[in-house]
Amino acid sequence: MSDSHSPVEVAQGRLPTPFHSRLSALDTLNNWHTWKGYTTPDALFCPDIEYFAIRNATAVFDLTPMTKYRITGPDARAYLDRLVTRDMNKVAPGRVAYAVWCDDQGQVIDDGTIFHLREGDYRLCSQERHFAWLTAATLGFDVELRHETDDVAALAVQGPTSYSTLSAMGYPELGKLKPFGLTHVDFQGAELMISRTGFTGDLGYELWIEPGKAGALWDALFDAGKLYGIRAIGTEALEHSRIEAGFLAAYQEFLPADETIRTGRSRSPLELGLEWLVDFKKPVFNGRRALAEEAKRGPAWRLVKLDIEGNKAAHNSYIFARPKRNREAIGFITSAVWSPVCKQNIAIGTVRAPHGKPGDTLWVEIYYQREMHWNRKMAEAVIVDKPFWSPPRRSATPPGPY
Amino acid sequence: MTTDKYDAIVVGAGHNGLVCAALLGKAGQRVLVVEANDQVGGAAATREFADGYSVSACAHLLYQLQPVVQKELGLKPRLVRDDLATIALGEDGQHLKLTRKDVTGVSDADAREYRAFRKRMERFADLLATYLNKPPPRLGTKSRRDLMTLAQLGFDIRRLGKTEMREFLRLIGMNIHDEVVERFENGLLKGAISLDAVLGTHLGPRSPNTILTYLYRLAGSHGQSALPAGGMGAVSEEIAHVARSNGVTIRTGLPVRRIVVENGRVTGVETDSGERFDSYTVISNVDPKQTINGLVGARHFETGFARRTSRLRARGNAAKLHLALDALPEFTGLSTKDLAERLVIAPDEHYVERAFNPAKYGEASPAPVVEITFPSIGDETLAPAGKHVLSAVVQYAPYELRDGWDDASKAGFLETVIGRIARYAPGIESLVSASELLTPADIEREFHITGGHWHHAELTLDQFLFVRPINGAAQYALPLDGLYLCGAGTHPGGGVSGAAGRNAARTILARDKA
Repeated sequence: MSDSHSPVEVAQGRLPTPFHSRLSALDTLNNWHTWKGYTTPDALFCPDIEYFAIRNATAVFDLTPMTKYRITGPDARAYLDRLVTRDMNKVAPGRVAYAVWCDDQGQVIDDGTIFHLREGDYRLCSQERHFAWLTAATLGFDVELRHETDDVAALAVQGPTSYSTLSAMGYPELGKLKPFGLTHVDFQGAELMISRTGFTGDLGYELWIEPGKAGALWDALFDAGKLYGIRAIGTEALEHSRIEAGFLAAYQEFLPADETIRTGRSRSPLELGLEWLVDFKKPVFNGRRALAEEAKRGPAWRLVKLDIEGNKAAHNSYIFARPKRNREAIGFITSAVWSPVCKQNIAIGTVRAPHGKPGDTLWVEIYYQREMHWNRKMAEAVIVDKPFWSPPRRSATPPGPY
Repeated sequence: MTTDKYDAIVVGAGHNGLVCAALLGKAGQRVLVVEANDQVGGAAATREFADGYSVSACAHLLYQLQPVVQKELGLKPRLVRDDLATIALGEDGQHLKLTRKDVTGVSDADAREYRAFRKRMERFADLLATYLNKPPPRLGTKSRRDLMTLAQLGFDIRRLGKTEMREFLRLIGMNIHDEVVERFENGLLKGAISLDAVLGTHLGPRSPNTILTYLYRLAGSHGQSALPAGGMGAVSEEIAHVARSNGVTIRTGLPVRRIVVENGRVTGVETDSGERFDSYTVISNVDPKQTINGLVGARHFETGFARRTSRLRARGNAAKLHLALDALPEFTGLSTKDLAERLVIAPDEHYVERAFNPAKYGEASPAPVVEITFPSIGDETLAPAGKHVLSAVVQYAPYELRDGWDDASKAGFLETVIGRIARYAPGIESLVSASELLTPADIEREFHITGGHWHHAELTLDQFLFVRPINGAAQYALPLDGLYLCGAGTHPGGGVSGAAGRNAARTILARDKA
């Protein structure tokens, strides 16, 4: 194990990211919050307009604060294979894998993406910090684990014109890059890694570069994107698109198992609809024994994506099996939003098994306020199993020129 | 190279491994035992440390061999002496003599208290002994058998009666120091009891749960100590003999390099020489750390489990001293006959605690506590005619000595210990013709015990019963199909008791029946 990680896992105070000068130049709202020690905008101008940049043009989101670990060494692949539930042997160099990792009880610690940068050289990205757990997992493996959040500046460039923007910036070869692929290109003498990944469920890329080149990268990107409606966005807009894409967020759809105190409050991958990520053919991985037991018994909870009637977002709603005469709720909503692009009132929730079969109808109790007074509405909710938003351009290779 | 398959392979022919193998063999299983050393017994072995002088290498007193193990295997160890008294040495020649029931040399009040104390301790130890001889129940379990055991435990504690139950629950997590100062006034008495509570541990009399370690010593035959004829190795040889007659194959001088895992299950063992033995059941008598993170490898376990294993506290603190003597030494105020008993240097409870203090910081005790026996009295196999051997357990000699154990630090500590003994036996130095000091580091090397710890894992409440050695491995089966533990690191713990080996065998036999 290396000790070359930064002594402070989460920066103290509120640090500027390498893109802060550019973000603050565009900012009109002065709405900032802290994301793992870094200054991050809720929104810069108007969350709705920023949202439409994601869906109709090119949106740029500063994801530098996202946790990044570098894993190298002869056992890097074996290490990751034991760490996460999916088979890492199938993730070739130049590919990115969405993955989830569990504790020994088969409860999800976090989900994230693993970038196989080069043979045996990986980057693991997640929302939360996991240095202690990842360090514990190195026991018995010849790997080097390095916390590199501060060493890599990263931008998400998402939306239908994102390919056109990057192409105009000088990278037309990205047309060959498939979803979950990554490539290394030159940017003003520095290595720029571009991956076709994102958190929006749309066509999009993520750009990774050394912090010293961050400003120049931003400027080049915005120059190239001028004609393609490029716009910087904050977390609010991103959150909307995240729900439309049906992605999970830690502390919303699940609580990281190592942060959970009460039993039954954490979730297993099977309870989060991630059974496709759990490969029981692997002889050992964290949580395997517990998950095998759970698979036999059946999970206690199910994650559901709900298409709800009406237009009132079902924030924090209880979910019921019937429209009335319910003895108790069968679950609750964890994320909800009115989706302008789908023209649907959508939500993600968690319900007790055996409820939660796709196609079934459930009921959500929506509370909303109108001129101080609260109203209550029982709304019909249909369980859908596909992401709410997944346009063909998301996976088209080459992506069309929008 | 593949030889034919065994029903079970036991790694390590320590006494627990042998007990486990013998019981499996008795049940008709084809069992192979592979041992790294040339001799069976592990730390329960007899060792020739100087030409013509032999001694029990680590454990030198037999006081815990479980009657139920003896019965099931038909063991009848030949004893040179049984039921040794303890003589608490006073520097002024005023010694105490402690037996299991009584003590002489103290005030009437102390003697009365001692009798009451022992009575209660024996009662609690009996309660404990029942549970030492069955696999510990799993907490949060739905297994009927486990629930019954738990219910029985609760019932048995309740059945002690209101006062005694309260005492049991009060004492079980407490330190021995508080109990002895509350009860007794005589320093030697307080010291001797304190010593019994901490022997073989990295604990001082003021450390929590040293009442538990005291009770552990009494569990089985109330601490009735015996000297086996031919040293402790003879006991192991006898168990090995029973095992062989039950059809068990024992191969010595064959260090296991690794326990082989294929497709998420154990399939056999591979020796240093590259020999491969196949079995779907491998039982490790090796300590938990070395088994899990060494022989198997942490990567075959889940992270939390491997991490817990790596955090297991197992740092030995007891050294073993062997002296070849030209004649029996003279102890001030003791007759030659008295030397056949067990002598302890622990002048009072503070002395024991002060001996422990430096060990916390990686230093050996400048004034150590010592448990001395002369096993050659009445056993001419151990020393040339007219000559004798001294066998002593010396505390504290921390495994992780700050500057490391080397020839100089060992020579220094040896001098300290002999000097300390000489305060009670003036002139003993001139009788010494050869000596050997085994520090925990030596014990680790010679007997392959991580940390050189007597119990393979510290005997404390957080590593006891349901959670011994660690949560997730308390029922002998490890979270890797086909792999079991049977050594001192498992429930109930160390000492030549055979309980762990027997419990492991019972677990495996119950599995095979199911």
